[in-house]
Amino acid sequence: MSNIVEACNVRVRFRIHGTLQALLKGSKDPFIDAVRDVSFSIREGETFTLVGESGSGKSTLAMALAGLHKTAEGSILFNGEDITKMDDEAMQSYRKKISFMWQNPVGSLSPRLNVGSLITEPFHIHNLKQKDLKAESDRLLQLVGLPKHFSERYPHQLSGGQARRVGVARALALHPKLIIADEPTAGLDVSVQGEILNLLNRLQDELGVSMFVITHNLNIVRHISDRTAIMYLGRFVEQGDTDNIFAKAKHPYTLALLSANPEADPDAKINRIELKGEVPSLMMRPTGCEFHTRCPFVSSGCSDQFPPVLNEGKHWLTCHYPR
Amino acid sequence: MSDHVLSIKDLSVHYETNAGVLQALRHINLDVPKGSIVGVVGESGCGKSTLISSIIRLLAENATVPNGSIEFEDEDLLKLGQEEMRAIRGSAMSIVFQDPMSTLNPVLSIGRQMVDVQYRDNKTYAEKLQRSKEMLESVGIPDPAGRLKQFPHEFSGGMQQRISIAMALQANPSLLIADEPTTALDATLEVQIVHLLKELQKNMGCSILFISHHLGVIAELCDFVVVMYAGEVVEEGSVRDVFYHPAHPYTRKLLQCDPAVIVEKSRHLPTIPGEIPNLIEVPRGCVFRDRCDSALAQCATQVPEWDECQTGHFVSCHGVDS
Repeated sequence: MSNIVEACNVRVRFRIHGTLQALLKGSKDPFIDAVRDVSFSIREGETFTLVGESGSGKSTLAMALAGLHKTAEGSILFNGEDITKMDDEAMQSYRKKISFMWQNPVGSLSPRLNVGSLITEPFHIHNLKQKDLKAESDRLLQLVGLPKHFSERYPHQLSGGQARRVGVARALALHPKLIIADEPTAGLDVSVQGEILNLLNRLQDELGVSMFVITHNLNIVRHISDRTAIMYLGRFVEQGDTDNIFAKAKHPYTLALLSANPEADPDAKINRIELKGEVPSLMMRPTGCEFHTRCPFVSSGCSDQFPPVLNEGKHWLTCHYPR
Repeated sequence: MSDHVLSIKDLSVHYETNAGVLQALRHINLDVPKGSIVGVVGESGCGKSTLISSIIRLLAENATVPNGSIEFEDEDLLKLGQEEMRAIRGSAMSIVFQDPMSTLNPVLSIGRQMVDVQYRDNKTYAEKLQRSKEMLESVGIPDPAGRLKQFPHEFSGGMQQRISIAMALQANPSLLIADEPTTALDATLEVQIVHLLKELQKNMGCSILFISHHLGVIAELCDFVVVMYAGEVVEEGSVRDVFYHPAHPYTRKLLQCDPAVIVEKSRHLPTIPGEIPNLIEVPRGCVFRDRCDSALAQCATQVPEWDECQTGHFVSCHGVDS
């Protein structure tokens, strides 16, 4: 299988001070790095999942991948073409090949458009008006398991799960090669979460589309993902095959996330790895290993030396003392 | 005095809408024993929020309560006037909401807000500030004296939720209502908040009514569980009874389809087919009938009775022998 996306040392920065403010405050670097030195690849027809807490840079990376944020360094190859160097015209045709599912299922649908117009909007944007839009909307609704008459409904008439299905239908409209899904199950009930994950899995099997999924819910990762990366403060700390990550995670942060899952068993003995404190500010990144301020296994060297990269091919991590 | 802080009997709440009368809650029974944590589980639209609003008497204007009683410390809340109700809210009974950012006022400092909620106490400003400092300390916020001067946006989501909990507990309430307090938080913070609530409950001895749709959190935190479906309580019992021996088919399905429970990798997850019934025209018989695998003939005609299937384990289902 060939790679559809290859990202290499991607860095996304945001300016936090103006020039004058930076001068007055004496800060040499008026930028923060939201995403730093991130490398990964997505194979055709596979699901790549990105896990991390709020503020870890997951959504920023996804938007960089969609060309919505400029990258400061690094390259993102899509089918061999570098999207960071594309001009507007090339970008337009690139965006036809990818699609984005936004986090809030109802909020990402315009309240003034009915479902039929919403899911055929991509055809207007990309000047494909010659298509029979009614037929297209019927096809898409059928694909995501909604009845045809839903095309007359407005977003406020939909439940959370139905709105999410409409989001999936819209994402599929132009036969994309890659779908970027930001928290596809956030805010949904457990029984509906299962439905949406089944739908995504089924569509992937039928259409062979690749997916880049962002989530902070590790429970769902196991069931949809082929490969997983764990992100902390804008960097990957561990990545590898999902089965491998769940079976033998080695980075303390991954272990903490895995053990933070409350189990639906009142007597479960959970060997919980508790993290101290809060996520540090991006403006003051910790020295050495950036996780050392919260790591329960912190030891000598962690606070001043950057951790080495351990790469076993299928399993990649950066830690001084992997478990 | 009874052993229950809160005791709801046969409560129904209806909403008058343009399309007709929506029966949001129908004949709810619920008890919160003293010093215990009771979890309420259910999917969106099952009436969890209506239940809370009716307990704190903040129902929307189009709501009516045709029957039932809500006994709080041996007083029927439904019979109290607005003034008496105001005296209870925030002192004997308080609430933590889902989204901490919209709970806190963005233009007032934390200290000011925490002093403001003590308006009933006959104390000096300095004493109230001292009390606020102690509360912040007890919810694990470092440097409380310095933090009191800061504003909500200077705190992270987890910290904000800790502050809302501190404010809710400031008046030593006998009942704390927590409405999905961890839903807006990350997994690691969720665990921290759950532990905090457990510890505070132990130290302060209050009862907690904990609303959530996260089964794992309920299992870890609560002593008793109430399962709601489409405006009815379908099962109630100790957390071990309900999680180990679920009696109602809905509870069983809910437990099965939680992605967290399924350890084996699966491309096809179990779901509960069908939809929640329309509560304007509540179907005859059992409300869960359409989605139930083991529906009997009488399920279509008779409403199942609220029965004790084991000591302290209640269920409303025709398929369960009492």
